Amino acid sequence: MQASLDIANAGFLVYLVEREPSIGGHMAQLDETFPTLDCSSCILTPKMVDVARHPNIQLFSYAEVVGVDGGVGHFEVGVRQKPRYVDVDRCTGCSLCVEACRLKGRISSEFDVGVSKRGAVYMPFPQAVPLKATIDPERCLFITRGVCGKVPACKEACEAEAIDFEQKEKMTELEVGAIIVAIGFDLFDAHLKPEFGYGLYPNVITGLQFERLSSASGPTRGKISLNGQEPKKVVFIQCVGSRDKSVGVEYCSRVCCMYTAKQAHIVKEKIPDAEVTVLYIDVRAFGKGFEEFYDRVRSEGVIYRRGAPSEIYKRGERLIVRAEDTLLGEPLQLEADLVVLAIGIVPRGDAQDLATLLRLSASPDGFFQQAHPKLRPVETEREGVYLAGCCQGPKDIPDAVAQAKAAASSAIIALRNCIEVS
Amino acid sequence: MEVQDLAQAYRLFECIQCGRCTGGCPMSLKTRFNIRRLIYEALVDEDMDLQSKEVLWDCSTCGTCTLRCPKGLDPTDIVIGMRSILVDGGRIPPTIRDALKSLAIRGNPLTMAREERSDWAEGLGVREISEGAKVLYFVGCSPSYDPRVQKVAKALVQTFKKADVEFGILGNEEVCCGSEARRMGETGLFEMLRELNLETLEPYPVELMVTTSPHCYDAFQNEYQGLDFKVQHYTQFVAGLIDEGKLPLSKEVKRVVTYQDPCFLGKQNKIFEEPRKILESIPGLELRELDRSRERSLCCEGGGGRMWAEGTNPEERLAHTRVQEAMDLGAEVLATACPFCLLTLEDAAKTVAGEGGIQVMDIMELVVEAL
Amino acid sequence: MGPRIGVYVCHCGVNIAATVDVEEVTRFAQGLPSVAMARDYTYMCSDPGQALIKEDIKEFGLTKVVVASCSPMMHEPTFRGTIQEAGLNPYCLEMANIREQCSWVHEEEEEATRKAIQLVAAAVDKAFLLEPLEERRVAVTSAALVIGGGIAGMQAALDIANAGFQVYLVEKEPRLGGHLAQLDKTFPTLEPVAPLLAEEIREVEGHPNIDLLTSAEVIGLEGYIGNFKVNVTDQATIRDLKVGTIVVATGYDIFDARLKPEYGYGIYEKVITGLQFERLVSLSGSRKFWVNEKEPQDVLFIQCVGSRDKSVGHEYCSRICCMYTAKQALLVKEMLPQARVTVLYMDVRAYGKGFEEFYDQVRGEGVLYRRGNPSEIYKNGKRLIVRVEDTLLGEPVQLEADLVVLATGITPRRDSPKIANLLKLPRSPDGFFMEAHPKLRPVDTVTEGIYLAGCCQGPKDIPDTVAQAKAAAASAMIPLCQGQVKVEAVTSIIDEELCSGCGICAEMCVYDALSLHERKGVMTINEVLCKGCGACAAACPSKAIKLSHFTPAQILAQVDALV
Repeated sequence: MQASLDIANAGFLVYLVEREPSIGGHMAQLDETFPTLDCSSCILTPKMVDVARHPNIQLFSYAEVVGVDGGVGHFEVGVRQKPRYVDVDRCTGCSLCVEACRLKGRISSEFDVGVSKRGAVYMPFPQAVPLKATIDPERCLFITRGVCGKVPACKEACEAEAIDFEQKEKMTELEVGAIIVAIGFDLFDAHLKPEFGYGLYPNVITGLQFERLSSASGPTRGKISLNGQEPKKVVFIQCVGSRDKSVGVEYCSRVCCMYTAKQAHIVKEKIPDAEVTVLYIDVRAFGKGFEEFYDRVRSEGVIYRRGAPSEIYKRGERLIVRAEDTLLGEPLQLEADLVVLAIGIVPRGDAQDLATLLRLSASPDGFFQQAHPKLRPVETEREGVYLAGCCQGPKDIPDAVAQAKAAASSAIIALRNCIEVS
Repeated sequence: MEVQDLAQAYRLFECIQCGRCTGGCPMSLKTRFNIRRLIYEALVDEDMDLQSKEVLWDCSTCGTCTLRCPKGLDPTDIVIGMRSILVDGGRIPPTIRDALKSLAIRGNPLTMAREERSDWAEGLGVREISEGAKVLYFVGCSPSYDPRVQKVAKALVQTFKKADVEFGILGNEEVCCGSEARRMGETGLFEMLRELNLETLEPYPVELMVTTSPHCYDAFQNEYQGLDFKVQHYTQFVAGLIDEGKLPLSKEVKRVVTYQDPCFLGKQNKIFEEPRKILESIPGLELRELDRSRERSLCCEGGGGRMWAEGTNPEERLAHTRVQEAMDLGAEVLATACPFCLLTLEDAAKTVAGEGGIQVMDIMELVVEAL
Repeated sequence: MGPRIGVYVCHCGVNIAATVDVEEVTRFAQGLPSVAMARDYTYMCSDPGQALIKEDIKEFGLTKVVVASCSPMMHEPTFRGTIQEAGLNPYCLEMANIREQCSWVHEEEEEATRKAIQLVAAAVDKAFLLEPLEERRVAVTSAALVIGGGIAGMQAALDIANAGFQVYLVEKEPRLGGHLAQLDKTFPTLEPVAPLLAEEIREVEGHPNIDLLTSAEVIGLEGYIGNFKVNVTDQATIRDLKVGTIVVATGYDIFDARLKPEYGYGIYEKVITGLQFERLVSLSGSRKFWVNEKEPQDVLFIQCVGSRDKSVGHEYCSRICCMYTAKQALLVKEMLPQARVTVLYMDVRAYGKGFEEFYDQVRGEGVLYRRGNPSEIYKNGKRLIVRVEDTLLGEPVQLEADLVVLATGITPRRDSPKIANLLKLPRSPDGFFMEAHPKLRPVDTVTEGIYLAGCCQGPKDIPDTVAQAKAAAASAMIPLCQGQVKVEAVTSIIDEELCSGCGICAEMCVYDALSLHERKGVMTINEVLCKGCGACAAACPSKAIKLSHFTPAQILAQVDALV
């Protein structure tokens, strides 16, 4: 979004292609951001709205790039607009269809990372841009089985007559002078560390699931509770799926130390009498205001213990986290009501497809490779194609924004020079 | 090797002292054995007094530390390296020394006679491998000599016969696989035993070796090189027989059973499903999972020479905890697939559950009840 | 016909609606005179929410709009845009903050609703008196100034120049390159810096769009975005430069290790800083690295010297030292394979791309990492003794060393107060220049048209510096691309009949927007410089200054409604 806005403000037309039904990415899922504790969607939605209303930006949401030809100054990009089965010109975003869906509450919500369930027709989140309903073609009864009651419930409920099961995918060819790749990241699958019992124990959750729990507009309205119970002993585990050769992820995910500190602070704020422990190896509080935030969080009573846990098991109703406190030199068995795994950032599962299309190479860590590790952080080996954000490597919001602007700068230069030439 | 060589030999510099090893170590639950700290001391303390570290004999070489290390180090191997320094210096518990001596002289650690190794098979119609079978049943020391574990070998034989498996044993030519020898720090002895076994096996056109013990399996699979046959633990083989329909299990065995993943089968070799498959194929059998199962299974304290060394805290036994866990689950039978687990857990069950309490059985003993 | 006011009460999901009875507030608003219609909605800022406002403006002929929702800092521009799209002047909008100032700080529903009602009443009464304001545009000088010729400044200059604009690059020193020129090799690739830097410098020096002024300093700044006037001196002459935007890339200084006397820096020859190590290594042509007339046997690196340290007033982390130390430790091991190299650390911050893998590599080469921050260094014969607790052993140790390298941190430049004053740049608590918003605006400052790049905004390594410099370039070139900028419409207005020309207002104004009109004897306002802060209006003893959009009548109307 940032890259689009900068290029658009410089006077160029920007096509923004987003795979999901709404723009916003993972930042829309966050509760508060470190170290300022701004409400994430509050600072994000103005940007989303800016993108939507910018005269120079054409947004293709729920669409993907399927072909790229040509070179800098004259790329030909094929974009496939996926069918929402909802006429976006008629849809008002009223959500009556969502309420009516017969499968409501039965499909694990991707946005809430499984903490809540949605129906087959859904609105990704309340501040989505565009705020239009989308029908999941793999779960919708009418689409998969041809029958949904007497009449599809959504169709019946929609007062704007926006449901359109006849909708087809649309292919568009775009001619552009430069391309910016900002496809973001996925999160490490905590099932790959079976010793932590993720998926087995309901009170072992991931950092992103925590964000959804603590988010005021999330499924629990901001209450940190599982099954109606407020945890009294919360343990945060750092470096889950990062710095770990045993799962093939050697790199550091860069943001987890800080997001965990923030989450620990949030627990202390919402449940003042909770015992909060963070189990770490190194605390990487390297950025502006980070160390000061780390100091603050400890002063609020969060205990930092050095020792990466080895396993979690159950004793009665309680979880036991086994670790060694390496500063005491003693093994620990910490009781916990809630364990939050600070999962790392991994390249998107579909990054390889795009890499093939764009002829981009990946670094050993799996993220896209920049042209030079020191002096060319946004260029790729392909002229006219630039990288922005976590698809190039894990980074936090300010660094992602800066890099996006850097990519925009490179793109603007390319476009201005191409125009001069022509 | 000297203490000062450990750092270089085992890449100790690469350790970031995160503590996942000690944190997951079963022995750190009951002793002061702290592998992370030992690694650190070996790195920073030039005058480290390794000889005085009795805790080194507490380690059961279960491999949890190696499984958990994020930097690709092998702390289990480091313990073995440290033990070998102790062995060179002659500082070993006497019971371990005896076991090692017996291995060297008699080819088994149980001070039993070589000539009696295949006595258990008498009258069972078991053929020798020299008769040409393609499948070799590698019995192992405990199953050969220990009366309790002999029942497992016999059960396996019964099962092979029921499934029409053509197999043979090495008989008295079989010597210990050497796994425990290596883990007790006697690398030389291990290499000798390995060479002996390879020599013995050479002339026979074996295509597949099936072992009773996960320890033997692990040794042949991972520490012997140049084998021209496949190696399987019996759970893999028997599960295969069931899949192929060669082993009809028709008699009901109405028991509530829970399963102990042996460290050398589960954690170290990732064989989790086959044992469960066998148990679930037994009609009438209800399988319940222990909380600490699979990668988190609680070690019975049988491996790493622990059958011959009590360690620094003999009063507390993890096997007792394990039996209690099985009882809390409501299990009537605690099943396992390893001779060491069988012996230690049964011993514990006698203390914790008493007569008529929970039974500890090998999977094969349940299988033959269903034949 | 009087104003027709539309009132919109936002639920903000449950942020407002959970505490404030939004329906009651809406009913109240509907009942106010001059309120043509009032409604409530879940998310006013969303597409459908805004669509509602636009439709209502058309359908009900609304002339003023009140939105009771979150802080104007969030969505004032959004809603101004919305009503503008429907044909209203964007300044016919008033917001009532019933979230940050109401639902988020009160728990009791009755109390919060009452307060929300009061806030809405105040907003409506003010809206009644709002006047449309003109949004002016001024032309932009098609040139940029970059202050600082280190890697950040050079990259920013190159980007703006490559986009086709004139750039003045002012560098205090006689040569370009900043601190980067002092480095030998960079982590994690261990490539030599010199050729990379030389290439950049060549590009800058040869670029037709870059006017390079070395041994030069900025001594004066006037103006506003699009029209800055900068005075630059090179000791001999003073030049007046006219630019549209400015990028500040003044770089950093290194922590003075003498401020940690316990380490003996300045007393013991063999205690050196990280930067000195760089010079030592790059000057050691044949890579002979001698200390005490022979190769050092024990080299010790100490992390966090002057960083993460309240006792010297530097709480922050310097971000690069863990990695530069790892690099230096590796270099020692390469040059002297027999030496024992130890790094004493608290946390190893190997967070960036390739960093953790490099840290693994360094340890793989035999560099020993021991956890503990040393407390003091003293001498024993020809060797140094470092006293530290090894926190993993839980024991104090005394480590012998032939060479100790202090990983000194990055500090703001010592002359940054001067620069800050000149450019009116606020500084963060850590002393570095403050960006406009720590998350979403990492290169903007509170002054439009001035942007930050590189370590002057906070410690960072080369790739992050280059990215940020390009980001600053993007920000700096956008006004140049647009050719014009919008000027703040909310400004002060002087009533010339009341003004006595006393000048008290000018003393108050931090934007230098007020000056005495010689002939008329009254004060005049430069509407382009004026930011509408209102300080002058408050200070004027004759009440001759009125701040538009916040006139005394409007403010009093709000007060009356509240009480």
